[in-house]
Amino acid sequence: MYKPAKGTAQKAVIANRLDDGRTVFLDEAGNWTPDLAEARFVVPGPELDAANARAEAELKARIIVDPYPIDIVEVDGRPVPARIRERIRAEGPTVTYGEAEYEKLRAG
Amino acid sequence: MYRYDEFDRDFVADRVAQFRGQVERRISGELTEDQFKPLRLMNGVYLQMHAYMLRIAVPYGTLNPSQMRMLAFVGRKYDRGYGHFTTRQNLQFHWPALKDVPEILGHLASVEMHSIQTSGNCIRNVTADHFAGAAADEVADPRPHAEILRQWSSLHPEFIFLPRKFKIAVTGAERDRAAIQIHDIGLHLKRDAEGRLGFAVYVGGGLGRTPLIAHRINDFLPEADLLSYCEAILRVYNQFGRRDNKFKARIKILVHEAGADEIRRQVDEEWERIRHSALALPVDEIRRIEAYFALPASLSPRPARSVVLDRAVAANPALADWLERNTARHRISGHAMVTVSLKPIGGTPGDVTSDQMDLLADLSERYSHGEIRVSHEQNLILPHVALDDLPALHEALAAASLATPNAGLVTDIIACPGLDYCSLANARSIPVAQRISERFGSQARQKEIGDLKIKISGCINACGHHHVGHIGILGVEKKGEEFYQLTLGGSGDEHASLGEIIGPGFSGADVVDAVETVVDTYLKVRSGPEEDFLAAYRRLGKEPFKEALYGAA
Repeated sequence: MYKPAKGTAQKAVIANRLDDGRTVFLDEAGNWTPDLAEARFVVPGPELDAANARAEAELKARIIVDPYPIDIVEVDGRPVPARIRERIRAEGPTVTYGEAEYEKLRAG
Repeated sequence: MYRYDEFDRDFVADRVAQFRGQVERRISGELTEDQFKPLRLMNGVYLQMHAYMLRIAVPYGTLNPSQMRMLAFVGRKYDRGYGHFTTRQNLQFHWPALKDVPEILGHLASVEMHSIQTSGNCIRNVTADHFAGAAADEVADPRPHAEILRQWSSLHPEFIFLPRKFKIAVTGAERDRAAIQIHDIGLHLKRDAEGRLGFAVYVGGGLGRTPLIAHRINDFLPEADLLSYCEAILRVYNQFGRRDNKFKARIKILVHEAGADEIRRQVDEEWERIRHSALALPVDEIRRIEAYFALPASLSPRPARSVVLDRAVAANPALADWLERNTARHRISGHAMVTVSLKPIGGTPGDVTSDQMDLLADLSERYSHGEIRVSHEQNLILPHVALDDLPALHEALAAASLATPNAGLVTDIIACPGLDYCSLANARSIPVAQRISERFGSQARQKEIGDLKIKISGCINACGHHHVGHIGILGVEKKGEEFYQLTLGGSGDEHASLGEIIGPGFSGADVVDAVETVVDTYLKVRSGPEEDFLAAYRRLGKEPFKEALYGAA
């Protein structure tokens, strides 16, 4: 659960699920969630070390690939990745696509 | 078009079976990601921002209706109902699950398609002029030779682990629509004074972080020597190309550092050793492959003017705009080549839904003798349409938002997927393309501006060909924000040139205004409507544009 930290940069661990490649975040229970709001938020030190260790174990257990910690900032009281790359990974493409785009263009 | 023989079918089927086993072993844990990654890349599977991406080869950009329908089916069943055509005439699906990829490849194999060598340090999909075999200005159809190159380069044991990837493009017309001078090897099919076919051979072109225009190292290579000469080039590259530095590993760096004369000497030396080997192409074999690409027997000459078309144009200004921009002269009288724009105003360049793919397959059968082409400018082509059929085709395309009359205009923008999808990208490309398209969306304004190619890349790897855009846009990340650098004066045609950086970059919020400033400046300084953007830039240089963007020095 996200709790605003006072003066300390928070982090989360991001990865791709092995079988379908979807972007996921390590959660409190040590599982993986596509929803950043449900991620485990940690501070550098033992908490982050433990999160990274869990991610490494999950990598070896072939649940996820390419895990790495990301910086989290608070925007309007919500946790948001600090870098645009991970913001887009968390929220999906910033453009509509497929049938949704087709319908949007036709409506426009 | 070319049909697989028994060897081709077995070879693709074996590869699908092999990859199925590799995926199973990855998911079961027998293979680590480090072990699996090169294997998946050799089968066109990348891991990107949100999911895996599967890149499917469209050899020399030619598709038949069954293949298009299969792409529609795969998009619908295994992806999110759409696909993305790329600047390499390939198609990418952005959302397939790894576990489904072997099944997808099995479906593709059933229509003679695959993803082999769409990634990795090997010879990639051979690209060609999208009007090949139909263009009125063509000397000969380059696709038979492209097919011969495809067969030679597929799983060529010597060239599977090159220093870096290797791209070949071919054209059969003086007007270069295949951008051959920005490829590792560019081949211009032509005839000599005696009427024999051969190639001008260009080597060492490429974009990316070190953009270079290719050097012509052979003015006329007889067609029978195509494979031996290409093999000689690849051998020189494989031996001397740099493997110590990924950023200096392309053949363009080797050609640049050694010099074109020295590369020519080395290639000739190697070529002399092998040109009379089994690589010498028998004329009978060339003609046999050519037969696969013959014009449809039912495509016979018709009157050069169509009363049906003339009447329809008089009643429909939208049809007139579309005819002017999206059709080109066919080699057979009474026919036209039709560009199906995948650049609706405000849309994602190169994207097409599964329903649109199905429709295009139907329309190609009804109006284009069952042929479809993919252009490196991310549009589709119906290459053989009778003039009489153009009004009905236009109506059907318009009903599916596929008749935007903008081919070659300012809204016909090339854009890579950028940071919305691609893990290599530093900035988004698609939203910038969409905003520029909306800004210039008025047909009257586009017509006033005339021919203008805008090309956008989301990183220095330049999949969006920004270096050869008349206006090029490169997205970069600066202090965590997206910035966009403009280059002006690039061109990928027979008079290829690299764009010049005009000055400091612009924020995402400002870049569309900057492009508009460049375009408005062009309209002010051009000698008249007949002087297009590139001609005006080449006459005047960058100063008027720089001053308009940044103020007088």
